[in-house]
Amino acid sequence: MTDSPNPNPNLWRDHNLTKDEYDRILALMGRQPNYLELALFGVMWSEHCGYKNSKAQLRKLPTSGPQVLQGPGENAGVVYLGDGLAAAFKMESHNHPSAIEPYQGAATGVGGIIRDIFAMGARPVASLNSLRFGRVDDNRVKRLLSGVVAGIGGYGNCMGIPTVGGDVYFHPSYQGNPLVNALCLGLMKADRIYRGRAAGPGNLVMLVGARTGRDGIKGASFASEELSDQDRDKRPNVQVGDPFMEKLLMEATLEILEKDLVVGLQDLGAAGLTSSGAEMAGRAGSGLYMDLDLVPLREEGLLDWEIMLSESQERMLLVVEPAKADAISAVFDKWDLLAVAIGKVTDDGLFTLKRKDRVLASVPARLLTDEVPVYERPIAEPAYHRKAKAADLSPARDHGDWAGLLLKLLASPNLSSRRWVYEQYDHMVGLNTVIRPGGDAALLRLPGSRRGLALSSDCNSRYVYLDPRLGGAIAVAEAALNVAAVGAKPLALTNCLNFGNPENPEIYWQFVLATDGLAEAAKALGTPVTGGNVSFYNEYDGRAIFPTPTIGMIGVIEDIANRLTHHFKEPGHKIILVGESKEELGASEAHYLLTGRDEGPVPSLDLAVAARLNGFLVEAAKRSLLASAHDLAEGGLAVALAECCFDLGLGARLSLDDPISTAALLFGESQSRALISLPEANLPATLALLAESRLSHKAVGQVSPDGSLEIGHGREKLKANVSDLREAWSEALTRAAAL
Amino acid sequence: MSVRAAVVVFPGSNCDQDNVRSWKAVTGLEAELVWHKETSIPDYDLVIVPGGFSFGDYLRCGAIARFSPVMSEIVRLAKRGNLILGICNGFQILTEAGLLPGALNRNKNLKYLCLDVNLRVENARTAFTRDYSQGQVIRIPISHGEGGYSLRPAELRALNDSGRVVFRYCAPDGSVSPGDAPNGSLDNVAGIVSEGGNVLGMMPHPERLAEDELGGTDGRALFTSILRALNGGA
Repeated sequence: MTDSPNPNPNLWRDHNLTKDEYDRILALMGRQPNYLELALFGVMWSEHCGYKNSKAQLRKLPTSGPQVLQGPGENAGVVYLGDGLAAAFKMESHNHPSAIEPYQGAATGVGGIIRDIFAMGARPVASLNSLRFGRVDDNRVKRLLSGVVAGIGGYGNCMGIPTVGGDVYFHPSYQGNPLVNALCLGLMKADRIYRGRAAGPGNLVMLVGARTGRDGIKGASFASEELSDQDRDKRPNVQVGDPFMEKLLMEATLEILEKDLVVGLQDLGAAGLTSSGAEMAGRAGSGLYMDLDLVPLREEGLLDWEIMLSESQERMLLVVEPAKADAISAVFDKWDLLAVAIGKVTDDGLFTLKRKDRVLASVPARLLTDEVPVYERPIAEPAYHRKAKAADLSPARDHGDWAGLLLKLLASPNLSSRRWVYEQYDHMVGLNTVIRPGGDAALLRLPGSRRGLALSSDCNSRYVYLDPRLGGAIAVAEAALNVAAVGAKPLALTNCLNFGNPENPEIYWQFVLATDGLAEAAKALGTPVTGGNVSFYNEYDGRAIFPTPTIGMIGVIEDIANRLTHHFKEPGHKIILVGESKEELGASEAHYLLTGRDEGPVPSLDLAVAARLNGFLVEAAKRSLLASAHDLAEGGLAVALAECCFDLGLGARLSLDDPISTAALLFGESQSRALISLPEANLPATLALLAESRLSHKAVGQVSPDGSLEIGHGREKLKANVSDLREAWSEALTRAAAL
Repeated sequence: MSVRAAVVVFPGSNCDQDNVRSWKAVTGLEAELVWHKETSIPDYDLVIVPGGFSFGDYLRCGAIARFSPVMSEIVRLAKRGNLILGICNGFQILTEAGLLPGALNRNKNLKYLCLDVNLRVENARTAFTRDYSQGQVIRIPISHGEGGYSLRPAELRALNDSGRVVFRYCAPDGSVSPGDAPNGSLDNVAGIVSEGGNVLGMMPHPERLAEDELGGTDGRALFTSILRALNGGA
């Protein structure tokens, strides 16, 4: 071995390894690793690549079902949609890079997840983004918001992949550490799934796409540390995106897959050549070598470890039979892209790096991928958890000015229209977007059938913070309800688990309980987890973000003609509130808006009721009983009702007599509720279906032509003018985001 | 007569398939894809230069695409009088290639904008617009970061006077004021034709609202107009 400096007692620290991990490596290797070998372990055993702090908890999640063609462990999960068609989808975080350099951080987050999708052989057809920022009245946050949104648009728009939805919330816990979670979904024939396997000794290992430079070096380790004020120096850790290059790479890659020229492939993401090479060999149980002299470089003089850890974007690793190499080169030539054989698959199980005949590093591939230590961290219930349940909810309960509170909620950063965001995204390219952003879920039409695919992302992190188990379950239930509200049957989910430092027992307590809740809900609702991403160390100067297990849910509707949107369609239609409204003002947006406090009991959730409500909406849509459907979420009944009126400027009159406070009725966030509207003629059939579904409900009012919104509750009444509400709601974020 | 239509594909084009799909959905006819490296192409009756980010829109939108081999063929067909339709990035490319006057600048708010806009049909006599009525208000999406039309005042007057401004951004009632052009286009110009009337450039995307399922059909008449013009209809 060359390049082996004298063993330095602190060597492991350079690679973000602990002493125990270093000792484990010594034992596994049976010898002292050299610097480069240790660097390989450093990134492969990072949380980002190795999931060492999360693996034990992720095993709880349901990952199988008749619809699942590929569960976790590949570039993306794959589910069957019907008619021979399958969807590959996955969500990933790019939080730390976006905190340092928002445009490029967000752009390369989008680029990375798109590569994961076409690496499966699927053509990407839609993206979603789930974003969290600090207080929007802070200029630094405005710059992050503008930069992240522009970066997502800049990359996705150029790729011609529509960004059809997502969610954005603001809370001080994200002040220094925003969250940028990107989901991409692609379509493929179900019998044409490609996997990241380096099979067949003697096959060539080809590197295609962009040249390798110094950008993004050690990005994976960077993602596995907390942020601080010193992190401006980490800009070199942030990758730079070139969406044009990625567009060419995507077209060329899909073309060679169409021509059946490839054995296996994987994108180069975190830890670049190291993770793609080791993972492909690890999955196939084979070995492979790479000759670093053959790697096309952007500049001269890159060191061995820099080449191996570079996170230069827009690159893919292919495993190819030698006889097909020329055909591959011809396709890449057409797109003016590089395609270079840099090594071969071997049968020795070793991940070997050379320069010509000189061996630089040689490590059994499975040590890098399968021998990552798995930690069960200690947990401790945080003090806030015991205190926060007992909250004084009187500011909302006794407010009295219901119309004023509704106006304030609709104009608040968290509930106002997201138009300012999604108008910066091309959400129509591809001609499949049947329900555009702004609804409960986006809906795409599927080629060659009447079917549609619904997508939604969601997570109320205040709930998760206050009650991780319940909050984790609600995140899944809410995302599923969003999908059902457009008439689609929830099918499967991906997630992005954003938490603080897992070495802190209170953070790990949040993680364990939130994943418990997530697992319970995913099982109860029949929506297995097909993959995702864990992002720990989301802290800024020692303060952790709210735990945010973001859920990306997909569902299928059999005929898009039966799709539901949330807008009221005609005066005179009957309005029914489905589900039970309880005295649940705790953890609500109304309480937070009035007090600035995150406290109170989180609304209860009955997963059996949640499942029945989803089933009811899907069946009612199928039978064309409804004119509209909208789920109730943050801001409760009053906010949901206002949103139903906005599109056509219609009004609504409701009258309810629930034995709870007026505030809880109007603004409480009781779960598993939906507002539906329907022609009177469909009332008997709808009521029968509701009874059959064992759902509590009230026929409570009707759509009115006069643009006035009224909710009566005993002697109390909320009365507001829809156009005033709409004006406040539609422009608030545009105004707030302006620098 | 059978109409031959083509959609040009540059590296970075991303509305090429959408145009093929909508052309077929509206007219029932196929359109061929033509790679930008082609040096000789048949005399297509219609060539669509689609939207997207040709060559990444690096340097300046359309500035690199105009040097692609296929462009000299498009110029040849334009001179021959065949129909050329540039949409969004295609419009930008046609101005860079000198087939249409003016330039497209950054949107006035400096942000990319994707939304439905109202357009007033200013000239319903062209080969591209004869199935609309004069002054009709239609709803068509825009999706661009650089769509603010700009031209020297004297030339802009001449364009207006000769009926070469085909579409203008307007309010739902058809009135036109500067606030109705979300990108800051001079005189609210959204689409123009060449002197010969056979080359149309427009920033809005008619192919995106040509089917009911997508939320509107105001884009259809553009394609039916073209078909009728090519089939010799009045």
